Amino acid sequence: MIALSDYLILGAILFSISLAGIFLNRKNVIILLMCIELMLLAVNMNFIAFSHFHGDTIGQVFVFFILTVAAAEAAIGLAILVVLFRNRLTINVEDIDTLKG
Amino acid sequence: MEILFLAIVLAPLIGAVIAGFWGDRIGRVGAHWVTSSGVGISALLSLYVLSGFITGSREPFNGSVYTWMVSDGLHMEVGFLVDQLTALMMSVVTFVSFCIHIYTIGYMADDEHNWPEGSLAGTNSYQRFFSYISLFTFSMLMLVMSNNFLQLFFGWEAVGLVSYLLIGFWSVRPTAIFANLKAFLVNRVGDFGFILGIAAIAMYTGSLDYSEVFKAIPGLADTQIQIFGDSSWSLMTVICILLFIGAMGKSAQVPLHVWLPDSMEGPTPISALIHAATMVTAGVFMVARMSPLYEFSETALSFILVIGATTAIFTGLIGIVQNDIKRVVAYSTLSQLGYMMVALGASAYAAGIFHLMTHAFFKALLFLAAGSVIIGMHHDQDIRNMGGIKKYMPWTYWTSLLGSLALIGFPGFSGFFSKDAIIEAVHHSSIPGAGYAYLAVVIGVFVTALYSFRMFFLVFHGKGPRDEHAKAHLHESPKVVTVPLVLLAIPSVFIGYFTVKAVLFEGWLGDALFVLPQHDTLGALAQSVSGPNEMISHGFHGLPLYLALAGLVTAGVIYLAFPSIADTIKKLFKPINIALEKKYWFDEAYQFLFAGGSRNLGRFLWETGDRLIIDNVIINGSARSIGRFADRIRNVQTGYLYHYAIAMILGLLLLLTWFVIAA
Repeated sequence: MIALSDYLILGAILFSISLAGIFLNRKNVIILLMCIELMLLAVNMNFIAFSHFHGDTIGQVFVFFILTVAAAEAAIGLAILVVLFRNRLTINVEDIDTLKG
Repeated sequence: MEILFLAIVLAPLIGAVIAGFWGDRIGRVGAHWVTSSGVGISALLSLYVLSGFITGSREPFNGSVYTWMVSDGLHMEVGFLVDQLTALMMSVVTFVSFCIHIYTIGYMADDEHNWPEGSLAGTNSYQRFFSYISLFTFSMLMLVMSNNFLQLFFGWEAVGLVSYLLIGFWSVRPTAIFANLKAFLVNRVGDFGFILGIAAIAMYTGSLDYSEVFKAIPGLADTQIQIFGDSSWSLMTVICILLFIGAMGKSAQVPLHVWLPDSMEGPTPISALIHAATMVTAGVFMVARMSPLYEFSETALSFILVIGATTAIFTGLIGIVQNDIKRVVAYSTLSQLGYMMVALGASAYAAGIFHLMTHAFFKALLFLAAGSVIIGMHHDQDIRNMGGIKKYMPWTYWTSLLGSLALIGFPGFSGFFSKDAIIEAVHHSSIPGAGYAYLAVVIGVFVTALYSFRMFFLVFHGKGPRDEHAKAHLHESPKVVTVPLVLLAIPSVFIGYFTVKAVLFEGWLGDALFVLPQHDTLGALAQSVSGPNEMISHGFHGLPLYLALAGLVTAGVIYLAFPSIADTIKKLFKPINIALEKKYWFDEAYQFLFAGGSRNLGRFLWETGDRLIIDNVIINGSARSIGRFADRIRNVQTGYLYHYAIAMILGLLLLLTWFVIAA
């Protein structure tokens, strides 16, 4: 029998991987987007696990919402990426630092 | 009744306003007509009021004409108190002022030569001058006719202001600007004491009205107050000395006398009007008017006595070594003001006022005569360059002779009666300092005669002017100059003889003056002499007359017969001579201590306070430190997306942790 804690550990591992991906990645904005998606999935994992063990389906309803929003977000994110590439001819994270103070 | 007094006060003011604001429209002739007639009306009405008092048909008037405001029961009003003292002062002020208005027509006739070509300040200077002297007459009348302390203070400050304007009248000369600033600042010192005194009176009596204050004073005579810590002061002494500090500024008593000699930078008519005959006597008048206060403070009377005596003798000594004709007369004025103060200190208020009156005439005369000589010498004022002017300017010569004789107290002349009365009164006085004062005024008689006739002989006798050019142009001044001289010479000679009995011995001034029985020095004097003829015969038995004659003869011997003696004496008493020529280093000391001190304080505040602390530390410093802080903190903004993301997540974790622990 898989316990709740196993699911939560899996979620935490997924979240940490995506966190590390965001922080360690120095090359590609696409990888950043992918990491954000993975982060959302880690959260979804928690939702589903809690929903199942509490016997409450509202958690799974939220997962659908999140997936929908994530899809929309990915679409917008990729669109921004295309525009960014057209303008800067690069998607290298190291080069995108115009916010520097 | 009020209409009459208002007319006396306002006539000069109207003249001043018209000549001041519409000077270019009414022109020079219009200006001197409108101001002279304003003062003339005032003089006639004042004489009418005075004659009412002389014949006894007029009663003293005390009433308010306008209430400015009432604040917490304190009435601030414009009002007139016209009694014998006021009437006398009004007549002296307006008469002398009128003479000087006429004289000014001649003296200022070629005033455009005193200004640079086409200077803006020099436009309409003639009209402006008349406006100022009329304004002065108005201020002085407000001062003497006041029935309350506030109006007294108004007049006090107004004459100070006009004096400032007139000393610096030739505003393109740096010396004139220096002198008028000096006069103004020194007077501020005195006025500060004066207004503190008025404030103390208002605080303890709750009134500014003379009659109410005088009524309340005997009840306050023994009041003690604490000023600093626990030391106890007599209230009356504090009030009287504070008021007297005001008088020391205005009447140029040591050590606040330094402004008066410098004020000779102004045109001669105002030296005569303001710095000899009228404004400087305001302090004397004020003390006499406040006699109901001063009588209750023997300390204050002693203080006045000592200050007056010091002024009388030491400034007179300076007069001996001065070479500027106007400055000699200025130091003589200081010395005579000292005499008046001595009289007041000895409680011989009537003698002080009497000397004020006679002095106003002969000193105005001497100044105007000096001015006449200056016109003749084309504005050269050094008496060493003059000499032998007698034959060129007979009117000026004879009138100055009369003025000088009156000044030294030659028997029968007006100065004789007033000065002799003062000396005798001091002799009878028994308050502390009277011995010193008596010595000072007696020696002062010799000194007065010496400097007066030194100047007189150097100017009018001896060899002619050194400058041949000046000699060729030397001639008697026009009628507008000589007529006022004659007008002033008449009272200089006679007024003492005809009024001494009434003023000094018969108490003509009446209730205006108040003397306690134990201070009544004039009463003691009246027991031995009671009339002008007795005074003259009594004078021949006294020391002062012979001292005056000795001074006259000494001056004659040294400066007419054997001029070389002067140099010998100068060499023999070199340190004294230097001290006199440097005027006892008062100017240097004040320059160093007060002017230099405040300049250094100002520089310290500017450099350390303003530039270093405020500009550098507070303003630029705060900007700099914020800049430095921002320089460090901006490194946090790397611009890399993942840094922001990690910061967000770490922040989220932190908040969550806190949330979990707190719950």
